[in-house]
Amino acid sequence: MELVLSLGIGVLAGSGVWLLLRPRTFQVIIGLALLSYAVNLFIFSTGGLRTGAAAILHAGEVGTLANYADPLPQALVLTAIVIGFATTALLLVVLLAARGLTGTDHVDGRERDL
Amino acid sequence: MAHATVEWTGNLEGDFDLKGLLAYSTISHLGLITLLLGLKSELALVAAIFHIMNHAAFKCSLFMAAGIIDHETGTRDIRRLSGLNRSMPFTARLALVAAAAMAGVPLLNGFLSKEMFFAEALSAQDAVSPWLNALPAIAMLASAFSVTYSLRFIHGAFFGPDPTDLPRTPHEPATWMRFPVEILVLTCIMVGVLPAATVGPFLDIAAHSILGPAMPAYSLAVWHGFNVPLLMSMVALAGGVLLYILLQQRLLVGPEGPPLLRRLEGQRIFERSMVFLSWRLARALEGIVGTRRLQPQLRILIGLAILAGTGTVWLRGFGPGNLPLTPVDPVLAMIWSVGAACALGAAWQAKFHRLAALILVGGVGLVVCITFVWFSAPDLALTQLTVEIVTTVLLLLGLRWLPKRLQVPGGREPEVLNRARRLRDLALAVGAGAGMAMLAYAVMTRTPPDLLAQPFLARAYAEGGGTNVVNVILVDFRGFDTLGEIFVVAAVALATFALLRRFRPAADSLELPEQQRDQDGTPLHGDAERPAADWLVVPFALTRLLFPVIVIVALFLLLRGHDLPGGGFSAGMVVAIAIIVQYMIGGTEWTEHRLRLRPHLWIGMGLLLASGTGLAAWLFGRPFLTSYFAYAELPLIGKVPTASALLFDIGVFALVVGATLLMLVALAHQSVRGHRATPRPAERPPAMAEGG
Repeated sequence: MELVLSLGIGVLAGSGVWLLLRPRTFQVIIGLALLSYAVNLFIFSTGGLRTGAAAILHAGEVGTLANYADPLPQALVLTAIVIGFATTALLLVVLLAARGLTGTDHVDGRERDL
Repeated sequence: MAHATVEWTGNLEGDFDLKGLLAYSTISHLGLITLLLGLKSELALVAAIFHIMNHAAFKCSLFMAAGIIDHETGTRDIRRLSGLNRSMPFTARLALVAAAAMAGVPLLNGFLSKEMFFAEALSAQDAVSPWLNALPAIAMLASAFSVTYSLRFIHGAFFGPDPTDLPRTPHEPATWMRFPVEILVLTCIMVGVLPAATVGPFLDIAAHSILGPAMPAYSLAVWHGFNVPLLMSMVALAGGVLLYILLQQRLLVGPEGPPLLRRLEGQRIFERSMVFLSWRLARALEGIVGTRRLQPQLRILIGLAILAGTGTVWLRGFGPGNLPLTPVDPVLAMIWSVGAACALGAAWQAKFHRLAALILVGGVGLVVCITFVWFSAPDLALTQLTVEIVTTVLLLLGLRWLPKRLQVPGGREPEVLNRARRLRDLALAVGAGAGMAMLAYAVMTRTPPDLLAQPFLARAYAEGGGTNVVNVILVDFRGFDTLGEIFVVAAVALATFALLRRFRPAADSLELPEQQRDQDGTPLHGDAERPAADWLVVPFALTRLLFPVIVIVALFLLLRGHDLPGGGFSAGMVVAIAIIVQYMIGGTEWTEHRLRLRPHLWIGMGLLLASGTGLAAWLFGRPFLTSYFAYAELPLIGKVPTASALLFDIGVFALVVGATLLMLVALAHQSVRGHRATPRPAERPPAMAEGG
C-alpha cells in the first residue's frame, strides 16, 4: 500500500513540477494544484497510513495513538487545503489582471524572444 | 553569511531600485538573525528576537520612505534620484535616522541589537566548529556592509546635486502619509535611548514564550563601558563608511592615479579585488540567479531542491524502514492508477485543452479525497471535497478571460531550442517526482514519531470538550493559528475584489463567447412574462428545492464539528456551494434579485466573532483565545456540548462563506461588467448565464 501511495505522490509531484516550468499562466496554476495535492498527501502520510483507525474519540476517553489516527498531520493538512484554495484564487485573479494589462498569458508578462 | 555576501554584491551593484536595495538588505538581516538562532545559546536567541523587533521598526520606516519618494518623484531608480534633501527635508531626516539605525549608529535601536550580536559572536568562539573562530571578523564585515548600503540609500537619494529628469517635481508628502514613518522613527530613537523602559517588557514576553523558565540574564543598556563589542561596532561603522567612499569613487569617478608607487601597488590589488567582488562576480552571479524571468528561477529552485535531497541520500544512505509493508489493496491501487492517469493527462492537456485539464485535475482531487477517507481522515476528505468544487468553479470562471493558444509560425530553429528546454524540464520533473516518491516511501515505512500527537489525543476531551480531535486542535489548542489563517483568507478575498474592480480584460476576450451568443437573446428564468421553458427547467427547479436542504446540511456540519467530522471550514464551503449553484443555474441577475448577499458583512462579522471570542477570555483573566466548555441540557434535544470554541468556529464559518462568495461573485460579475465596458450594438442579450 505504501508503494502505491508513494508512487502516486511521485506522479502528482512530477506532473506538477513539469507544469510549473511551462510558460503559460494556466499551466502554472494547474501545476501548483497538482503539486499541492502531492505535498498535502505527503504531510498527511507522516502520521502513518492507518486504515480503519478511529478518528473520533469516545466521549470521556483519553485517546492514545494505538487506537486512534494521528490528528496532528490532519489538522495541518486541513489548514493547508484552505490556504491553498485562497492562494489559488489570488493567483488566478493576479494572472487574469496581468493578462488584461500585458495582453499575453506568458508568466513573464511578455512573449519570449525567439 | 553566504547570503550576506551575495546580497551585498547584489545590492551594491545589481539593483538600482530603492525598494530592491532595501529588500536585499532585508535578506542579509534575515541571514544575521538566522545565524544568531544557529548559535544555539539562549542569549543569542534573545538577541535574535531583539533584532527582529528593531529590524521591523527601521526597515518598515525605510520602506515607507522609499514609497513616499516613489509617490512624490515618480521613480525609485537610485541613479535618477539625488538631492531630495532640499525638496523634502522632513522625509530626508526621518529616512536618515532610520538608515542610521540600520547601520548601527549609537543611541538608535539597531546599535543595541548589533552590539548583542557582536558579544554573541565573540562568546561563540569556544565552540567545537573551527570556523566559529572567524565569526567576529565575519560579523564585523557583515555589519560594515550594512553601513555601506545604508549610506548608499541615504547618499544616493537625498544628497548630491539637484535631480534633473524626474517624472514629477518632488515636495513633502501629505502629513498622514508621513505619520506612520514618524511613529516608527520615534520608536527607533526611544528604544535606542531608553531600551529597558520601552522595549524591555515586550522582549521579555517574547523571549519567555520561546525559552520558558530558563531565561538567561541579559542587560538592555546603551552603555556597557569600553569593551570589545563597542570597539567592533566602531570599526564596522568606520569600515562601512570607508568602503562606501572607495566603491563610490571606483564606480562613479573611475580609477585615480595614486601618488606613491608603494601605495599604488597596494591600492591596485585592493581595487582589483574590489572590482572583482563588486562588479564581475556580482555580474556573473546576477546573470545566473538575478534573472527576472520566472522559469529560470523555478528551474534553479527545483534543481537545488533535488540536489539537496540527493546529497542527503548520498551522505546518509537510503534504506527501507522498520515497518513491514501492508498488502496492496487492489481497489485503492486501481483508484490511484486513475489518479495518476488524470495527473499525467492534466499535465499534457493544460496547454492544448484547458477545460479538459481542469476536469482531470478535479479527478485527481477526488482520488486524493478518497485516499483521505481510506486512511481514517474524514475531516480532510470533507474539506477536500468542498474546496475542490469551489476551486473548479473559480477556475472555470477564469477560463473565459484567457487567450486562445498562441500560434507561433514554426521555424526549425525555435523547435530545436524548445526540444532541448523541454527535455531539461522533463528531466527536472521526473527527478522531482522520483525524489518525492522515494521520500514519501521512506517516511511511510518508518514508525511515525510520537512527538506531539499524544498530548492532543489525551487532552482533547478532558480540556477541549470535543471528541473530534482535529477540530479541537484547530479551534482550541491551535486557535491562534486558525485566527491568523482566517485573516489571511479575508485579506486574499479583499485583494481579489480590489484587483477585479479595476480589471480591464484584454481586447480579444471582450466578445461574447460563442456559447452565449447561441442563446439568441432569450432571457433566463425569472422573467415572469416570458418563462424560458426550454432552459434547464428540471435542474432549475431542483436547485431551488435543494437550497434550504444544503443550508441545513451546512448548519448540521457546523454544529457537530466539535464532536464529529465537520466544522466551520467545510460548513462555510457548503453554504458557498449552495449559493454558487443558484448562480450557475439561475444566472447572476435572477439570483441577485432574490438573494441579498453581503459578502463584506459576512467577512467582517466572521472576523469580529472569532477575535471577540478570543478577547472574551481576557474578561475572565485568562490568556487570549482560552476556551470554555460545558454541557447544557436542552429540552427535547438533550445534552448539548456548548464550548466557546463553537462561537469561534461560527466566526470561521461566516468568514469562509463571505470570502468564498466575494471571490466568486467578483469574478462572475466580470462577465456582466466586461460587456458594459465596451460599446456594443443594441441587440445585446439582456441577461447572461454565469458559470463558464
